[in-house]
Amino acid sequence: MNTTSLTSKGAARRRFLCGTGALTTGIAASACIRVGDAAAAPANAAAIAQAPGAPVPVRLRVNGHDYDLQLEPRVTLLDALREYIGLTGTKKGCDRGQCGACTVLVNDRRINACLALAIAHAGDRIRTVEGLAGAAALHPVQAAFIAHDGFQCGYCTSGQICSAVAMLVEARGDTISAATADVRRKGPVELTDAEIRERMSGNLCRCGAYVGIVAAVRDAAKRV
Amino acid sequence: MHAFDYIRAERVDDVLAALADSNTKCLAGGTNLLDLMKAYVEQPARLVDITHLPLREIQALPEGGMRIGALVPNSDLANDATVRARYPLLAQALVAGASPQLRNMATVGGNLLRRTRCHYFTDIGFSACNKRDPGSGCAAREGSNRIHAILGASDQCIATHPSDMCVALAALDAVVEARSASGVRRIPMDGFHRLPGTTPQRDTELRHDELITAVLLPASPFAERSRYLKVRDRASYEFALVSVAAGLDMQGDTVRDARIVLGGVAHRPWRAKAAERALVDRVLDDKALAAAATAATEGAQPYRDNAFKVTLAQRAVARALREASRA
Repeated sequence: MNTTSLTSKGAARRRFLCGTGALTTGIAASACIRVGDAAAAPANAAAIAQAPGAPVPVRLRVNGHDYDLQLEPRVTLLDALREYIGLTGTKKGCDRGQCGACTVLVNDRRINACLALAIAHAGDRIRTVEGLAGAAALHPVQAAFIAHDGFQCGYCTSGQICSAVAMLVEARGDTISAATADVRRKGPVELTDAEIRERMSGNLCRCGAYVGIVAAVRDAAKRV
Repeated sequence: MHAFDYIRAERVDDVLAALADSNTKCLAGGTNLLDLMKAYVEQPARLVDITHLPLREIQALPEGGMRIGALVPNSDLANDATVRARYPLLAQALVAGASPQLRNMATVGGNLLRRTRCHYFTDIGFSACNKRDPGSGCAAREGSNRIHAILGASDQCIATHPSDMCVALAALDAVVEARSASGVRRIPMDGFHRLPGTTPQRDTELRHDELITAVLLPASPFAERSRYLKVRDRASYEFALVSVAAGLDMQGDTVRDARIVLGGVAHRPWRAKAAERALVDRVLDDKALAAAATAATEGAQPYRDNAFKVTLAQRAVARALREASRA
């Protein structure tokens, strides 16, 4: 529904009306004239596309599926996933990069979807919590979170799980963390509880289910 | 967040052309810029996505130095085998910052331009902030200033520089390479970040028409003995109250050369040259450590809530040096 309403001419004009007050650049001024003409004349898709910040076509590849969306450049990857595609497994916590609830995998790396623009990730491989399980079974990290009670309310869980999936791959690849005693030492990471806690520190749990989360990650490390 | 236009640049020249417009900003990792845009602190009319430029190479130079592309993510730089071997101080500083997710997004060039976390700067609900709105005053001087500067501040601004990476880069004598239409400029870290003075709106010496393309590291004598120590309110995923990048070049028990740079105490990474001088040609004993610690905060001017930082900085300097000597 959001996609439909945002691509309607009315919505684009509203955006244009907001925009002209705030923006004073030459770009805005010229777009102003063009879109003003378009508003009076029949719909002119090209002119609307040039209004500052107007929706543009964006193709996102999420969990192996392509989604063709019309998005304003300011739409975050998090909002695109939740509000435009309808994949609400990824959660909005702080929306400011301070909690990790929105963690998703982009080209196999974990990032905060709240501080990423959807348009900047056109062409990337995006994986959310909905894309982790196989046809027959949960991902080992998901199964471990259930087995070890790695949550209470569950709001941070999809972020924790996506984060842990990437973290276990990182740990197999000779990477360091702030808990690593000697950064010059090469070789596989020994995933002590201190390493797990540090490497998972980008995901906050307000319920304080950390004991279960660490146990789940420790267990999953043996299975992935 | 206000609406803005987005363009994706494929070539450096496209970026330089776009930067001719003063309302255009570069988007790299976005971890700081988008956050500030959500807070309406930054309101660019247009973003140029520079993440597709070919600036992701980490090169080990034959004479011992390194050249790091501006778009190398913090996590890749921290884990690079040559960085870990030649500049463990930098690797430590990088993994001390932010979270794994943010380090996957944040870039070297972006981190150099990371803006302050001063509460009064990041919240437009406060009208007095000379950094955000020149001439409007500084709410932090009389306000809640626990996280603010104790060194090099001015009447106009007492904000601190927030990056860990930059503190290590300053200790390693890094050089920032920037390009503009008029050519390439190399700016030593020592002259890259500014003190606030009467123009706190300018964090760095980088001009609006310039794009950071790389960071150059000279060969370092501190690889064997260095330490990045970060003191903060929680164990991880938190900014520094005080941090210290310490590097020692030793001949036996005697200090041949030293680098001591503090983070979290000033508007820029704070090189404590008096503290370094206090160590050179001396045996690194408790007396020498105490002398360096005291010298490191020479001229400190704390505010209502941050007097603790003076003692904290002194103790952090002594501990970082001691740990560096045992590294």
